Amino acid sequence: MSTTITLNGKDTAIDASPDTPLLWVLRDHLALTGTKYGCGMAQCGSCTVHLDGVAIRSCVTPLSAVASKKVTTIEGVATKEAKAVQAAWDKLDVVQCGYCQSGQIMSAAALLSTNLNPEDSDIDAAMSGNICRCATYVRIRAAIKEAAAELGAQS
Amino acid sequence: MKHLFSLLENNDSSDASTVDSQVNRRDFLKFVVIGGAGLTLGLSLDSAHAEMSGPGKTSADESLTNGQFAPNAFIRIEPDNTVHVIIKHLEMGQGTFTGLSTLIAEELEADWSQIKPHAAPANAALYNNLLWGPAQGTGGSTAIANSFEQMRKAGAAAKMMLVAAAAQLWDLPADEISVSQGVVSHKASGKSASFGELAELAAKQDVPEPEEITLKDPKDFVLIGKRIPRKDGGKTDGTAIFTQDIKLDGMQTAVVTHSPRFGGKVKTFNADKARKMPGVTDVVQISTGIVVLATDFWSAQKARETLDITWDNSQAATASSEALLTEYKTLAKKPGLPAKKTGDADQAFKNAAKVIEASYEFPYLAHAAMEPLNCVAHFTGDSCEMWYGAQIHTMDQGAVAALLDLKPAAVKINTLYAGGSFGRRGNPKSDYVLEAAEIAKAKKGTPIKLVWTREDDMRAGYFRPMYYHTLKAGLDKDNKLVAWEHRIVGQSIAKGSAFEGMMVQKGVDVTSVEGASNLPYDIPNMHVELHTTDPGVPIQWWRAVGSTHTAYSTETFIDEIASAAKIDPIAFRLKLLTNKPRHHGVLKLAAEKAGWDSKLPKGRSRGIAVHESFNSYVAQVAEVSVQDDGSYKVERVVCAVDCGIAVNPDIVKAQMEGGIGFGLAPTLVSEITMDNGAVKESNFHDYQVLRMNQMPDVEVHIVPSAQAPTGVGEPATPVIAPAVANALFNATGKRYYRLPIKKA
Repeated sequence: MSTTITLNGKDTAIDASPDTPLLWVLRDHLALTGTKYGCGMAQCGSCTVHLDGVAIRSCVTPLSAVASKKVTTIEGVATKEAKAVQAAWDKLDVVQCGYCQSGQIMSAAALLSTNLNPEDSDIDAAMSGNICRCATYVRIRAAIKEAAAELGAQS
Repeated sequence: MKHLFSLLENNDSSDASTVDSQVNRRDFLKFVVIGGAGLTLGLSLDSAHAEMSGPGKTSADESLTNGQFAPNAFIRIEPDNTVHVIIKHLEMGQGTFTGLSTLIAEELEADWSQIKPHAAPANAALYNNLLWGPAQGTGGSTAIANSFEQMRKAGAAAKMMLVAAAAQLWDLPADEISVSQGVVSHKASGKSASFGELAELAAKQDVPEPEEITLKDPKDFVLIGKRIPRKDGGKTDGTAIFTQDIKLDGMQTAVVTHSPRFGGKVKTFNADKARKMPGVTDVVQISTGIVVLATDFWSAQKARETLDITWDNSQAATASSEALLTEYKTLAKKPGLPAKKTGDADQAFKNAAKVIEASYEFPYLAHAAMEPLNCVAHFTGDSCEMWYGAQIHTMDQGAVAALLDLKPAAVKINTLYAGGSFGRRGNPKSDYVLEAAEIAKAKKGTPIKLVWTREDDMRAGYFRPMYYHTLKAGLDKDNKLVAWEHRIVGQSIAKGSAFEGMMVQKGVDVTSVEGASNLPYDIPNMHVELHTTDPGVPIQWWRAVGSTHTAYSTETFIDEIASAAKIDPIAFRLKLLTNKPRHHGVLKLAAEKAGWDSKLPKGRSRGIAVHESFNSYVAQVAEVSVQDDGSYKVERVVCAVDCGIAVNPDIVKAQMEGGIGFGLAPTLVSEITMDNGAVKESNFHDYQVLRMNQMPDVEVHIVPSAQAPTGVGEPATPVIAPAVANALFNATGKRYYRLPIKKA
């Protein structure tokens, strides 16, 4: 059966079982491989995407739950917050292996879309669901602050 | 057409007998254009993958007709002025794409923007690790150390040929021609040319003999020692391609159900339900379990849950962590095989004024890289092509060749970015790679992608072994440390692997005792002994290997002795570090930058540790805060490192930060528990790792050095646990003899 979602701004019909997790719909049915599998149980955040602008874990979100909703992945994210986050990530060379970073960036962009001046505790709350085994956390924190400062200077 | 180049690139040097890569590239192109089967494979790879493993040009013909300059196995300069650099080491986050490129660009005098790194194919004749002999592979923090001279010479040779080409073109003396930032120029005449413009002519110049190549004076370095941006791109926009992202025409996804207990075998299985499920293409039995193949992961995974398997546990492991600990404690009461013996410790203990004893417990640890293990394989009958984050190419290639009855050169490995490894992808038995090859063999002609779930990954073993240590120190009446006995009990990583001959000496696996048998402290009577056990739990090197436990026991014990002697722990260490200037250097730098003698804010305590591993020296001062309920937080870490010349100081800092975070996980939370031969933990809810809210502020300071560079991937990891434990002691007055330390 077919389910339609607004994916990265385009209405997209998907022919997959409605219980299929969004993660595998993206990766295997739509070849959008920027969103990563890490745990399959919402423990690591590698699969983070935006659902109507809010960060969610696509590995535990069935396709049926996102029907007719707006899904944004790392491939399509283009908000000013996301652009600032990606630029800060590159500027500070945050990334090591990179596997978790799509999810980190999606979580960080979602944080900044609701909080342009995050304290350390806000960053802890928003980002502690995203595991990085390379432990790039020092730079993730610094890059979020860098992006926040950049966005503040823009506005 | 970008993908063509990944095929060409891999073809031209995957055959060890290849002499002229240009000719080979052309021959292969003909094969592809005429209609070779390889083309379809390449075509279905998306461009990001091709960008990574091939030179990434947009047109095949261009490079072949316009004269590419390939002076050696590491450099390809295109007429469009791109300098493709072939990287022999796996990029798993540690920065080899950047570091090795830097070495080449430095001597080539290339502009950093024109450099484009690519993973080398498996070819030990060209791409061996010079510190490992004839094997290609990455590990032991050797990538920069073994490449430092080799890559610079490769760059210098190419530069000489570019200069010779310019001299010929302009009819000017070569010694009047200079190169800077990718431009070859002659000052007096005002002539200049890009590398691309000279490429075709440069390819016709004589390759310099090794003795003709001179390297730059370090004072003239323009890239080495500077902060330059990383080259492993595509990691902030989702375009970087990992093994998990590979999709080939006709590819099937394979998941495997393994025995819950190590050593268990399939007795019987019923896959009737699984075979009928949508998307499922096949169910096959292999030596390691039952494989479900499907068109996509979710179909395979759902079908797998319906499998009915009975296991034959007659040969299965029975190990339980609790019982192993009891056994290890008993073993530690008796002397083990000597790993080091200096003086007569037994006699010295009898004469000692004070004897201090302690014992330490370390659990099994999983690597748990973010990308669970996976491997793509395509076996055609006379060759096998693989795509994955290969870490020890030569070993994997040999193992797969043996399994498939092929020559090693018929096993073609396309090395992709690895989503972390921490040692795991360099498996001494090639475990997951062989599993993929075995499935590919069963599905001859069909490309398969083996995907392990997090649970599969967590429960497959190859852990950092569980260890038990006892330590005993004797002080004389002047509080001088005169006797030391250290017993280590645990499994051998090298035993039974291809590394046994190299790593096991007189029954002692050097990886079990490293950091203990070479303790830097000057103690006149010292015995270090090892008991090697074999409980049937698969084990492996884990970032920093033996030092992950020896640094903890020795550095917390030294701290305990210092406090028993009522001497400042840094002063106590410095006095025992005779003729160890690099240990002195990092200890003093860390202490100074941390303000060791300054007053701490209320509620904070600090501790220090120092350790050398892989010829790099690291000292860390940890600051902790402890709550009344015993919960605690590591607030700040000041790290000093001496790794010789810091090729890229920012990456050195990143590896210290990351190494500290990686080492904090087993300090605070990580632990694998064996229960009757099976692993209790399964995912990140019960095998906990470090998260953002647990990461301290980290400051890294690099000791200025003119020594040859040594590795930085591992040496930060073992130092953090003892630094934290020593800081906790200063807060609570308690010593901590077991990791993880869940409560202070």
